[in-house]
Amino acid sequence: VTQNRTKVRPGDRIFKNLTTGAGIFVVALIGVIGIFLVVQAIPALRADHVNFLTTRTWDTSDPNNLRFGILDLLLVTVSTSLVALVIAMPISLGIALFLTQYAPRRLSRGFAYIIDLLAAVPSIIFGLWGILVLAPRLAPVSEWINDKLGVIPIFGQGNVYPNFSGTIFTAGVVLAVMLLPIITSLSREVFERTPTTHIEGALALGATRWEVIRTTVLPFGKAGYIGASMLGLGRALGETIALAVILFIPRGKLFDFSIFDGGATFASQIAANYSEFNNPTSAGAYIAAGLVLFVLTFAVNFAARAIIGDKKGD
Amino acid sequence: MTVKIMRPMGAVGIVASAALVLAACGSDPGSSSSSTPTSGAAAAATGTANVVCGGKTPLSGEGSTAQKTAVDVFAQQYAKACPGQVVNYNATGSGAGVKQFNAKQVDFGGSDSPLSGADVTAAQARCSGNPAWDLPMVVGPIAIGYKLAGVTSLTLNGETAAKIFNGQIKTWNDPAIAALNPGVNLPSKPIQVLSRSDDSGTTDNFQHYLAAAGKGAWTQGTGKGFKGGVGNGASGSNGVASAIRAADGAIGYMESSYIKDGITAAKIDSGSGAVELTPQNVAKALDAAVFAHPGSNDLAMDLDKIYAANTPGAYPLLLTTYELVCSKGYDADTTKAVKAFLTVSATTAQQPIANQGFVPLPQSLQDKVLTAINAIS
Repeated sequence: VTQNRTKVRPGDRIFKNLTTGAGIFVVALIGVIGIFLVVQAIPALRADHVNFLTTRTWDTSDPNNLRFGILDLLLVTVSTSLVALVIAMPISLGIALFLTQYAPRRLSRGFAYIIDLLAAVPSIIFGLWGILVLAPRLAPVSEWINDKLGVIPIFGQGNVYPNFSGTIFTAGVVLAVMLLPIITSLSREVFERTPTTHIEGALALGATRWEVIRTTVLPFGKAGYIGASMLGLGRALGETIALAVILFIPRGKLFDFSIFDGGATFASQIAANYSEFNNPTSAGAYIAAGLVLFVLTFAVNFAARAIIGDKKGD
Repeated sequence: MTVKIMRPMGAVGIVASAALVLAACGSDPGSSSSSTPTSGAAAAATGTANVVCGGKTPLSGEGSTAQKTAVDVFAQQYAKACPGQVVNYNATGSGAGVKQFNAKQVDFGGSDSPLSGADVTAAQARCSGNPAWDLPMVVGPIAIGYKLAGVTSLTLNGETAAKIFNGQIKTWNDPAIAALNPGVNLPSKPIQVLSRSDDSGTTDNFQHYLAAAGKGAWTQGTGKGFKGGVGNGASGSNGVASAIRAADGAIGYMESSYIKDGITAAKIDSGSGAVELTPQNVAKALDAAVFAHPGSNDLAMDLDKIYAANTPGAYPLLLTTYELVCSKGYDADTTKAVKAFLTVSATTAQQPIANQGFVPLPQSLQDKVLTAINAIS
């Protein structure tokens, strides 16, 4: 009852309107981007002579005979991101656990800064480092894996063979480095919030450090960690210029489910060809690809938020 | 605390800027002297024309990224010849250059290809009813670079190059390559073809060459995207070059400045013997240049004729970029500045760009360009 009689001061009202405005603005912005993509994509999709979703080749050189499909882009995008996640997830988990459970407080703070600094490196730098420095050193490793485990299809001979530098594997490793700060910093925050009573309880029962982590920190932080990884996945799906620089484009060959294949992702395909955008219909083809990426990233982020949100609801 | 940090920084800054000034002073004579031997041929242009300085400053240009480094040198030389005069060149791509020139947004355009189609009429309207001219100012050879252990010299012709780049020839010891390289021990390695994954004028010119000189072996067409359907695409000339460096048995096309650190340029045999990629040999090909509008001051070249020619000692695989200017129709101030800038660019500035992997205009072409510049009014 007293609340109802509280006088609403102008400052309150203004501030409330400002924040509401900011919230509406960002939602409207996403909506407008979505509408832009759809509107620009429709003419190109109408002019497409092949099935947009199941075709694996991309040919927009003749505006009167557009033949483009996203299946290969989708497969390459998803596989580079998965390679990156497989590498980045365990390392990030290790770093986050080290920082929250093992490292002395002072070291932990400085270390966290360094990890966060990785996120400040522009992706073109990662790309150039990846293709010029890392790729030649990674090639013997790739060759060895291909040689020993080649019978397993995902390690089989790639479509850029015998070249091992600009592969999905190389791109995945670089992407993993870019994901480290995202996954680490979010997981660290979740792990830090493990209730002290849980930890102390476990210790009181005679648990070792590892047992404490296994019985309290990990179960408590699991959802947050998975959510963090999926946010990382969202970042990986949309990474553009680093992948455009690293990945080789196999000519006349399709993605063959090997991590030693080359190819183009949604974003790298757009980046490599944007100078050709003087024709609105051809440009629309790329925008249609962008639309698929938009939806994919949206779905992944939505899932990530749902997982994190569920945990917070507990 | 901050003051203590700032003080040494200030000192460092002064030292650094002093070093810069010294370096700037020192590099000047160095660059001109080192460029002399590369261009020693009689064909290389040297003339220092009379430059009438003054007029509009800053002069603005926009367009081709391929000639960006060259135009930067032109602008430096222009500023040296005419103190206080500035040229701003915005490298946004040939298409944008033509568009901005025709829209009167810039004083001159830069383009990898001459004006064509509707752009010709639009340019004429922009120049108050007078024709616009394409002036070739920057010539750069395209190298077919390869890395193949044990093979220090390799000769190709248009036809074998076309077959390599469309996948008809797959191994290095193919009889067609062996026939052009008697005495060279070619390994049976597979050929790894590398092309540009991004759109590029270099790719376009290279495919034009393959189509013109390939004796029908290249049926894939031309364009800024690679159409050969074989090998791998890498991003940028730098990406192509580093991929070739990393792989024994690789071949690709690139600007000649990337021929180093393990990449060798193939010689081209157009039917009159193997020709090495040197500035002199490129100049020889330009001597035989055929113009699209003979007798006119519009110096748009018919590169397909150069590509298909078999002039002895000429290296045919090259690309030219043009400056687009009005023949008439500028105001007096702009006319003066454009003429001064172009005169410097076509004369004293040609030697310095040789260090950037371009080829100075040969005398024959320089004469024509200067005639055209003088005719601007």
